[in-house]
Amino acid sequence: MSDTLVDFDEVLTRYEPVIGLETHVELGTASKMFCGCSTTFGAEPNTQTCPVCLGLPGSLPVVNAEAIESTIRIGLALGCRIASWSRFARKNYFYPDIPKGFQTSQYDEPLCTAGHLDVELDGETYRVEIERVHIEEDTGKNLHVGGSTGRIHGADHSLVDYNRAGIPLVEIVTRPIPGAGAKAPEVARAYVTELREILLALGVSEVRMEQGNLRSDVNTSLAPIGSLDWGTRTETKNVNSLRSVERSVRFEMRRQAAVLDAGERVVQETRHFHEDTGSTSSGRSKEEATDYRYFPEPDLVPIAPDEEWIEKLRAALPELPAARRARLREEWGLSDTEMAWIVNAGALGLVSDTVAAGATPADARKWWLGELARRANDSGVELTELAVTPEQVAELAGLVAAGTVNDQLARQALDGVLAGEGDPAAVVESRGLAVMGDSDELVAAVEAAIEGNPDVAEKVRSGKVQAIGALVGAVMKTTRGKADAATVKRMLEERLVSG
Amino acid sequence: MSADLTASTAADLSTALQAGDLSSVEVTRAYLDRIAATDGTIGAYLHVDAEAALQSAEAVDAARAKGEELGPLAGVPMALKDVVVTEGVPTTSGSKILEGWRPPYDATLAARLKAAGTVLLGKTNMDEFAMGSSTENSAYKVTRNPWDTDRIPGGSSGGSSAAVAGGLAPWAIGTDTGGSIRQPAAVTGLVGHKPTYGSVSRYGLIAFSSSLDQAGPMTRTVLDAALLHEAIAGHDPLDSTSIDSPVPVLAESARRGAEGDLAGLRVGVVTELGGDGHTDGYEPGVLARVAEAIALLEGMGAEVRQISCPAFDLALPAYYLIAPSEASSNLARFDGVRYGLRAGDDGSRDLDEVMALTREQGFGPEVKRRIILGTYALSSGYYDAYYGQAQKVRTLITRDFTSAWDDVDVLVSPTSPTVAWSIGSRVDDPIAMYAADLCTLPASLAGVPAISVPCGLSEGLPVGFQIMAPALADDRCYRVAAALEAAQDAARGHALLAGMATKENAPS
Repeated sequence: MSDTLVDFDEVLTRYEPVIGLETHVELGTASKMFCGCSTTFGAEPNTQTCPVCLGLPGSLPVVNAEAIESTIRIGLALGCRIASWSRFARKNYFYPDIPKGFQTSQYDEPLCTAGHLDVELDGETYRVEIERVHIEEDTGKNLHVGGSTGRIHGADHSLVDYNRAGIPLVEIVTRPIPGAGAKAPEVARAYVTELREILLALGVSEVRMEQGNLRSDVNTSLAPIGSLDWGTRTETKNVNSLRSVERSVRFEMRRQAAVLDAGERVVQETRHFHEDTGSTSSGRSKEEATDYRYFPEPDLVPIAPDEEWIEKLRAALPELPAARRARLREEWGLSDTEMAWIVNAGALGLVSDTVAAGATPADARKWWLGELARRANDSGVELTELAVTPEQVAELAGLVAAGTVNDQLARQALDGVLAGEGDPAAVVESRGLAVMGDSDELVAAVEAAIEGNPDVAEKVRSGKVQAIGALVGAVMKTTRGKADAATVKRMLEERLVSG
Repeated sequence: MSADLTASTAADLSTALQAGDLSSVEVTRAYLDRIAATDGTIGAYLHVDAEAALQSAEAVDAARAKGEELGPLAGVPMALKDVVVTEGVPTTSGSKILEGWRPPYDATLAARLKAAGTVLLGKTNMDEFAMGSSTENSAYKVTRNPWDTDRIPGGSSGGSSAAVAGGLAPWAIGTDTGGSIRQPAAVTGLVGHKPTYGSVSRYGLIAFSSSLDQAGPMTRTVLDAALLHEAIAGHDPLDSTSIDSPVPVLAESARRGAEGDLAGLRVGVVTELGGDGHTDGYEPGVLARVAEAIALLEGMGAEVRQISCPAFDLALPAYYLIAPSEASSNLARFDGVRYGLRAGDDGSRDLDEVMALTREQGFGPEVKRRIILGTYALSSGYYDAYYGQAQKVRTLITRDFTSAWDDVDVLVSPTSPTVAWSIGSRVDDPIAMYAADLCTLPASLAGVPAISVPCGLSEGLPVGFQIMAPALADDRCYRVAAALEAAQDAARGHALLAGMATKENAPS
């Protein structure tokens, strides 16, 4: 049964949305949270396990110090207060992917609290308050075999892979975000985007959303405009792309508006997001009344980071993305809007690296947002996935600037680079793409064009100088674009105009 | 050394082995023979692998013959409570839910004893998941007290106590959550020590209550206990609650204590544990033996005074909230997914049903009772009233200890209010069963060390005397216990165990 939906713009005439996000980030530590097992992605199932992460009877956890440090650094980057005393807690529930029958997490004594993240969107800044940042362990992965949906319902049997069990997972929870109105879906997306940038800058996670390194639970609620109370929220679980974050909020706003319009109640529940349709559906009912019976983890001692250590970590934080953007915008002499285009295209790092490799900011921006963006779009990949490096782009821009190739030839050179034929200069050489100088070959081509088009040549001689374009075109055709148009024009004028 | 190897102390066996007067195979075979002859009656062991034991013994003998450097315990046989995880050796924790499980790793203490060259005779019976005071909650068998086979050997380490008291092992490892080393040691005439929490690694002990569990020695003498304790103690990076400090000198303290000089030692007798106005449930014979032991300490120069620890009265309810709460979580991993029993997985049931059926069939009634109790105590809305309150009581008990240490060096009490009771007499009354731990619970909740040492017989059955000391002062327990043991043995003319008149060998 498909949901009734209200048109998005119409939703906003009657309701005010409030959103909130809980984001899980797998840290990039070499070993797991509580044991020495490797965290490498994609290994054969259950090969990266030991008695501890399999939860074998008698095994005990030992905290990964690097994971604690990464969590504190995330907290500091988000302006959080770092607890001087923090404990792990057990979150008790039964599911095959949690080997101990509880997840070792944090409850009422998280490592970091009370931070914020400023999100820029269309020239406006939205402050997202961060409620808490805590550390926990990831679960294993269930694979349901048989049945059509890949879900447990209708499956013949299920397999469990515990390679992921015990990988350090940081949970970042926002406070409710009111006041975004029509921008709510984009604010949600921009928040996750900015958070991802911060995590990348900190180097604490690879943040590959397609590998599940970063997954968001997106809360959405609607209240009638002017209402003092917030509405009942739903929680869309494990949304794992930026686009999906935005779409899930949009969908929930439209669905909940229809529910409220019909005089019904929004059910507080978890929901699944479906990439194919952009819709959500009601989640497992088992989660509706779960009592996790949290209590302090007796197998671990409290974490008590001292002030000196925290200050050392704070001092060693890298330049954060917002500051970096401001600095680069200044250095590159771009407007806010121009900068926003680069950021929104996910090209900031690429452009910056290209500039660092010697290109002008204008050239770097032109290449990545122009030709390269078009090609990425055509092949349905991210800019970063294109088989060309910022250094190669800088080299290409350099060849154009030096007049070795023109724009059209440069695009052909790019074809070669993307096809794996080598660096731009090598491709220009091997494909013979260099612009022709004032060579015999070019002289011959110019003269052939005059001879082959006597009537056009006559027009030019008689003063209709604009007709020269047709002759330039003819030369370019003969030389298959390798000639420099300005040079060709000059040579034609020497022969037909000045006398 | 006793002519009968199975009546020797481990210290004597160690000396004879090191001197080359005895081979490990000889002593191991003597124990295996006795197990074969009498364990059918006693029921101390869940698993004995005679072949593997003899192989280990042969290896030690061969190494010694080659002149290799061996530790003092090399070649001495021992037994492990079945809660200790042993690589390749069945480990059940007394539960059907783990029947047939052969662990892929060794507990830290098992690895240390293996490295020391001790010979594992087998795994001893216990109350399921260490929940009980009589070993009657074992899912497998009843274990009988060698002093009177109609009586319980204590619990939950009743297999270990029966094995050592009955000559089926020279010594054994037990674990103590609320008294499970001390109470079985007391009712079988043994020495049993619960170390300071965190001083013996818990890595590889199947958890009952993580904040309380500690492994320790169960032996025939105080010196043996100290030697075995030293062999398993010390920091373990695999256990986050393990204390990173040097192991106190224990065997030396026991030897010094045996010299009988306690001049200047300040002893506090805990009023709330069998003292004036607190004698309900205590057998007069037990209180009489304890009073005699206190008099002996005084005779050796100790200053004795009464100490009131009011919060101790609340230890029992606090313990029966904290331990079941932690257990309800610790035992959640037994869901039939990865190891052990899986019930009802015939394609007709869904996941939740298979998990529920596995736990229904795999756990015994006492385990279920405590899981339900603990689940309730941790439930949202009840947490503060139960688990939270119990933790506050725990703090109060710790404070009582702390203020006692201002005035005294050790605290003493009976180990158990009664001698061993008849098998079956308390099985339908869990509250009466829980009361057996009355005296042992405070030290467990406070994490302080406590030893039980025999102090004579009442109605022909052993009575235990408990000595508690401040955290990390385990050496005091050994010193005082050794003094008491020496004084009593001297007065009696022989060790308590040597006077055991069992029904089978009693002169009729």
